[in-house]
Amino acid sequence: MIPDNYLYIIIGMGIVTYVPRWLPLVFLSNRQLPGWFEEWLDLIPAAILSALILPILITTGEPRQLDLLRPELFVAIPTFLFAVKTRSLAGTVVVGMFLFWLAGKLL
Amino acid sequence: MNTDRDTTPWGEILKDGMIGAWPICLGYLAIGLAFGVIAQKAGLSPLEIGFMSVLVYAGSAQFIAVSMLSAGAGFVPIVLTTFTVNLRHLLMSSSLSASLRNLGTGPLSLFAYGVTDESFALNSAKFRENRWDWRRALVLNHTANLAWIVCTVAGGFGGEFIPAGALGIDYALIAMFICLLIFQIREMLYVVVATIAGLLAVVLSLLIPGNSYIVIASVIAAALGVVFKRGRFFSRAEGPS
Repeated sequence: MIPDNYLYIIIGMGIVTYVPRWLPLVFLSNRQLPGWFEEWLDLIPAAILSALILPILITTGEPRQLDLLRPELFVAIPTFLFAVKTRSLAGTVVVGMFLFWLAGKLL
Repeated sequence: MNTDRDTTPWGEILKDGMIGAWPICLGYLAIGLAFGVIAQKAGLSPLEIGFMSVLVYAGSAQFIAVSMLSAGAGFVPIVLTTFTVNLRHLLMSSSLSASLRNLGTGPLSLFAYGVTDESFALNSAKFRENRWDWRRALVLNHTANLAWIVCTVAGGFGGEFIPAGALGIDYALIAMFICLLIFQIREMLYVVVATIAGLLAVVLSLLIPGNSYIVIASVIAAALGVVFKRGRFFSRAEGPS
């Protein structure tokens, strides 16, 4: 059942999504930043990527619970090693997909 | 670094940006179709799905919004939830701002629209290469956005065009993130920061509902990283690395 104010809801969602994406770009891009802040920003990608991935690999459900027996995790280990060895994005994506497909067949 | 005057023709820029976006497009094929199918089951028409994908353009927030809509939630709870779910992009845009120097508000505003987990991860890696610049990154963002819109709307026609689990396509984005994480690791300090962030994220995700664990874990881990760096805990004592 879709409410009458659907359009307003998605406009509202759009605004609150866009503003946090927009503000830092406009306020930080043309500014001289202190050294510690630049160092901090430089570490953010590694931190965020890790914070995004690890919970996907070893937790599940709502509320989340630890689950170390997920195919996502088993597949991640060889995928990770392949990426370290080859540093190839294309290869890693293909290998990851293949192994996950294989895991689906076997498990 | 961006050069002052980039004279590369737009044709080449378009090609680079669009090709660069392929892992995201592959991943969106799976997630976008899945979203479309779920949204259609919740009663949204393909047009309404398309509007949401254009106006909001945020994967997990859209999934949550649809489930809230089916549960009868109203404007305020849905918009507030979207805000908290997408707040992590504040951090991503802050980080990207370091690579988007000397641009006007126009290009920055266009760019901001396309900042997602996926485009952030990919552009952050590519900005470290010399050939990448804001125009290519912008094309990459909007290519990914187009893929998202097309796939979500296609799913909205009820078509499960790709059977669940086919070809391991559900794993495309996870594999991409794994590889892009490795691209970010340039010395021991990054390993330490990534390890802290990952473990902290897992612990926090078990303790607090929602996805605020991403922002909290990243902010703390990167801050510790600065402390370690300034205290020279994990890097060689002298010389540029």
